[in-house]
Amino acid sequence: MAGPFTSVKIYVPQGSLGVGLFPEEVDYAIAWGAQAMATDAGSTDAGAAYLAKGISKNDRGSVKKDLTLLMAAQQKAKIPLLIGTAAQAGGDLNVNWTRDVILEIAREQGYKPKIALLYSEQQQETIKRKLAEGKVINLPPLGDLDAATIDSCLHIVALMGPEPYHKALDAGADIIIGGRTSDPAVIAAFALWKGAPAGPSWHAGKIAECGGQSTTSNTGQRGILIEIHADGFDVEPASPKFKATPDSISGHLLYENKSPWRLTEPGGELDVTRCEYAAMTDSKVRVTGSVWDPKPYTMKIEGASGSQFQTIMIVGISDPLVLAEPEVFHDHMLLRLTERAKSATGLDESEFHISLRMYGYNGVSGVKPPPGSKPMEIGLMGVITAKTQALASEIAKACNPYFFHMPVRLGMAMPSYGWPFTPGDIDRGPVYQFVLNHVVRVDDPMELVRMEMIDA
Amino acid sequence: MPKLKDVCRHIRSKVAGPFWVTIDLMFDSQENFDRYSQSPALSAEAIAKVYGIDPKGVVHYPVPSLKVLKISYPRKTPQGSIEERDLHSGQQYVYILDIELG
Repeated sequence: MAGPFTSVKIYVPQGSLGVGLFPEEVDYAIAWGAQAMATDAGSTDAGAAYLAKGISKNDRGSVKKDLTLLMAAQQKAKIPLLIGTAAQAGGDLNVNWTRDVILEIAREQGYKPKIALLYSEQQQETIKRKLAEGKVINLPPLGDLDAATIDSCLHIVALMGPEPYHKALDAGADIIIGGRTSDPAVIAAFALWKGAPAGPSWHAGKIAECGGQSTTSNTGQRGILIEIHADGFDVEPASPKFKATPDSISGHLLYENKSPWRLTEPGGELDVTRCEYAAMTDSKVRVTGSVWDPKPYTMKIEGASGSQFQTIMIVGISDPLVLAEPEVFHDHMLLRLTERAKSATGLDESEFHISLRMYGYNGVSGVKPPPGSKPMEIGLMGVITAKTQALASEIAKACNPYFFHMPVRLGMAMPSYGWPFTPGDIDRGPVYQFVLNHVVRVDDPMELVRMEMIDA
Repeated sequence: MPKLKDVCRHIRSKVAGPFWVTIDLMFDSQENFDRYSQSPALSAEAIAKVYGIDPKGVVHYPVPSLKVLKISYPRKTPQGSIEERDLHSGQQYVYILDIELG
């Protein structure tokens, strides 16, 4: 290193790669003197489908558009671009999908960046070995892990810290495409690599993880600038249109976090209990007092399963007889569909599941509304779950006439409810779920990570 | 006796990972934060009853500097399970808006 650490400037262009980028913000950040660009590209929030299928949540065209701007800035300013949790889930397929978009842009634009790929997807056998060695630790509310649960996973990823990014930077990478990574880690990585103190680096990473969301722009589509000093960090929007205030910045620790005070990360805990937030200008906040508390190195593992399948049907109901007695209608319908499913398939009730959601009445809550509640209309969604798609589909088709025509009470004239689509039954695919909530102990931050360098 | 929604400027809920929900109660004044954030009507037992969960899992985090009470609890069913109705848990705050504060 060229001398004692003074400060480092990082531009976080957006909350998630592909949500849309403002070209004037990129120019503003480069003019400000950004030394690196870092963004995450995913999250578990939208469910397990993206890990299970290895697909992006954001559209390829949108991701390509954002990457085209960022890669142009990378070429122009000669600063590294770090991307964490590629294509929503950070599995190997997600990393490769992002790699292919980047290679396509490089080819089209004539760029020759040095690209590092960081893979953190895990074989089931690796996790089973860790389990046998007693190196898997439960996180509440889940209990002990067993081999069958590991076997049920379609893909498993381990959450990386900043160290793999350091290895890629050491190797001279211009662009780093990371698999599943802690959001703050991908942002803090460059600062830590430059010798910035751990507490402020991790805290700045956390504040900037959703891009400009912690500023008055209040959206992850906007960018944010962080400058980490020896004793704290400054944060400001990547646009003169917005502001950052001590409340907006300190309030971000509340967002999507179980605890607002302590954040467990690979290799330690960020403690912000004693932080102070001071307004430097009306758009810049200085944060001091962030503490990094080193712990034995662990990586959180995430695994997605999809062993059950669903078929859905939707009808709209305005029939006043149904609207007058939604509960009676619901219970009667569930009974009739269950009986029909049993007779059509010969299966026991325990081998399939039918759920009816009455949107407009209690579709979201699922609980009985206060007495006298009368819906204007009901959107009735039937969700049939079974162990194969063919079986779920068979049950839906067998139930179709009842779902379509069943009156509130037997003996009433036959109604016909309003289908919005044809065909009426929709094979929705597997029920993807995260089934792991555990951390594994590792001897080295690279133990479960593979790095590959490629030239565009 | 005010309801929770009468003493907060904003109330929100969201998943905190696939197995937890977190609710932020942003009180509208220091006075209301001091007066109501420790109300028995917001106790672990009271919250657990609303969401049909074990009170032992409910955790309270008061943040006086922001006049916020954060309450986190384990999801009754994991995110995306077969009876999912609110994948991001973004609607869960609604069921506590009318809690009457003692």
